[in-house]
Amino acid sequence: MSGTTQGKMQLSGRGLICVRGGREVFSGLDFAAAAGEAVSVVGRNGAGKTSLLRLIAGLLVPAAGTIVLDGGDGELTLPEQCHYLGHRDALKPALSVTENLTFWADFLGGERADPAETLATVGLDHATHLPAGFLSAGQRRRLSLARLLTVRRPVWLLDEPTNALDVAGQDMFGGLMRQHLSRGGMIVAATHAPLGIESRELRIGGVA
Amino acid sequence: MTLIDLANPTRFLALTARLLPWLAAATVILLAIGLYQSASAPDDYQQGATVKIMFIHVPNAWLAMFVWGVMSIASLGTLVWRHPLADVAAKAAAPIGAAFTFLALLTGSLWGRPMWGTYWEWDARLTSVLILFLMYLGLMALWRAVDDPSRAARAAAVLTLVGAINLPIIKFSVDWWNTLHQPASVMRMGGSALDKSFLIPLLVMAIAFTLLFVTLHLAAMRNEILRRRVRSLQMMQASQKAA
Amino acid sequence: MTALSALVRRDIRIALRVGGGALIGVLFFLTVVVLMPFAVGPDLALLSRLGPAILWLGALLASLLTLDRLFMADHEDGSLDLITMSRTPLELACAAKALAHWLAAGLPLIVATPVLGLLLNLDMVATGAVALTLLAGTPALTFTGMIGAALAVTLHRGGLLMAVLVLPLSIPVLIFGVAASQAVIVGPMTFGAPFSILCALSLVSLVIGPFAAAASLRHGLD
Repeated sequence: MSGTTQGKMQLSGRGLICVRGGREVFSGLDFAAAAGEAVSVVGRNGAGKTSLLRLIAGLLVPAAGTIVLDGGDGELTLPEQCHYLGHRDALKPALSVTENLTFWADFLGGERADPAETLATVGLDHATHLPAGFLSAGQRRRLSLARLLTVRRPVWLLDEPTNALDVAGQDMFGGLMRQHLSRGGMIVAATHAPLGIESRELRIGGVA
Repeated sequence: MTLIDLANPTRFLALTARLLPWLAAATVILLAIGLYQSASAPDDYQQGATVKIMFIHVPNAWLAMFVWGVMSIASLGTLVWRHPLADVAAKAAAPIGAAFTFLALLTGSLWGRPMWGTYWEWDARLTSVLILFLMYLGLMALWRAVDDPSRAARAAAVLTLVGAINLPIIKFSVDWWNTLHQPASVMRMGGSALDKSFLIPLLVMAIAFTLLFVTLHLAAMRNEILRRRVRSLQMMQASQKAA
Repeated sequence: MTALSALVRRDIRIALRVGGGALIGVLFFLTVVVLMPFAVGPDLALLSRLGPAILWLGALLASLLTLDRLFMADHEDGSLDLITMSRTPLELACAAKALAHWLAAGLPLIVATPVLGLLLNLDMVATGAVALTLLAGTPALTFTGMIGAALAVTLHRGGLLMAVLVLPLSIPVLIFGVAASQAVIVGPMTFGAPFSILCALSLVSLVIGPFAAAASLRHGLD
């Protein structure tokens, strides 16, 4: 059952074509990530980095091609086994830090860690009772990262994850990603900046 | 010729180009026959010559509902089968349906003037058709409000289907409301005790109007396909870098 | 179940806190009803005759206006993406959000009804009847209105267009809601018949609303 202990997981996409608003973003895209591997998606603006992540997350429907997760939980769909960290943090300013985090833990379900501990890991344990609206952009990002740690999902889809994080935050995040990979997780990240961990590069849309 | 072949817009354009003149000719001939028959039908002993408004009014009212049915099927095509022509069909049908509905309202109101002594009566039929007209206008506003046709198509499809489920409920509610407020309804068409001399012209007119709809609909679909081609050409031009 | 109750609790909390819109709906309801006598004149007999209609129209507009951002807020901050991806079926999540909205914004309208009934010269029985019909009918308004709220996300556009699209769908609720209240006040018919149809309408919309909203959200993703 546990998504983190399975051995031979592999996420792969084949022959993907993405069309948005009548415009073909990319076509004939293949990729693969095995358990414990990170893929960093690079390319110029508009090449379809975010689109690829949203295809994997099931938030866009490919015009052609398939994406499968081999060796995952057979009862769950691929999006249900993914964490998606987009540009927006999915936080409610009116709710406190803890309320935001426990809501997602309760709503997303599955195996979970203690929210108080993960808040300490990301360095927000001093602010648990404060409304999320009081947080800075970097702190909001940290709170989103706490969501990834609290709810266990084998696949992390990260869109510019280090945006708004300071150097210390990036170091902390690098450690978290390495830990996720060492447990057999997978990461697909769209980045401009270096991801900070060893990763396979997937270039889309030609040379930048 | 299967539905798959028609799915290709280019084939559709070629086929309809050949079909449209024949359809238009058939429409004109049937309309001429129907109008002649309507004109030569006898006057009603109660309503006099005004009864002839019926020959225009009833086909329009019939099409007002029929077109929503066509749009509902097209909406299923958009949401379920993702047929490439479905949203073109749905979009092209809406203004035509609205026009027929408006004509049904207008002729109903003109008919009502001699019958009720007023242009508008909150009669159950007229009220239902008025609501249908409002829903057509809302749908057209929705199509116009969004630039991206495929995005608008899905929203319009959901709304069309919700409307298709709701229209009978609305019709029932309005009937109920009407009997509550007007115990003796002003006009009863009666259980189709229509004389043959009325029935035949009415049927001919109904068929002629349906053909008119099919003709207009196909022509409007062609326009919509061409309009979208222009749009994608413009988008291609915009995305081209200066050499 | 935990997932759905978590969603309901979160939405109610947000609606009731600073920046949430739940109580603005009540205020709007109050304002619309107070405006009416200025339009029709302070004739108490006339007001008591129009009372149920005024209250129902006010409730209809108030619930429509507060529904506008039901999904839009979640769409803007990215929550809707996560809700769509989650293990909870989107239809159920939509239903939970609508339920939370009704609890936070619909119930206060009904609580406010007796006070407004006083202003409109309605007696105890009539006020009770209107409150009861609102209790039975406002779920239908919320659950049909949520279709409009979901379309607003698909279209990136809310406000007037949504009102134009959704209001015709609420005609049956309005007809039977007002009819049931009038039946108690002036007759001639019984309260039971229109009231049970009103309940039926609410039940039907409980089914149609979430499915249509989920279909719209799913097809409107980008």
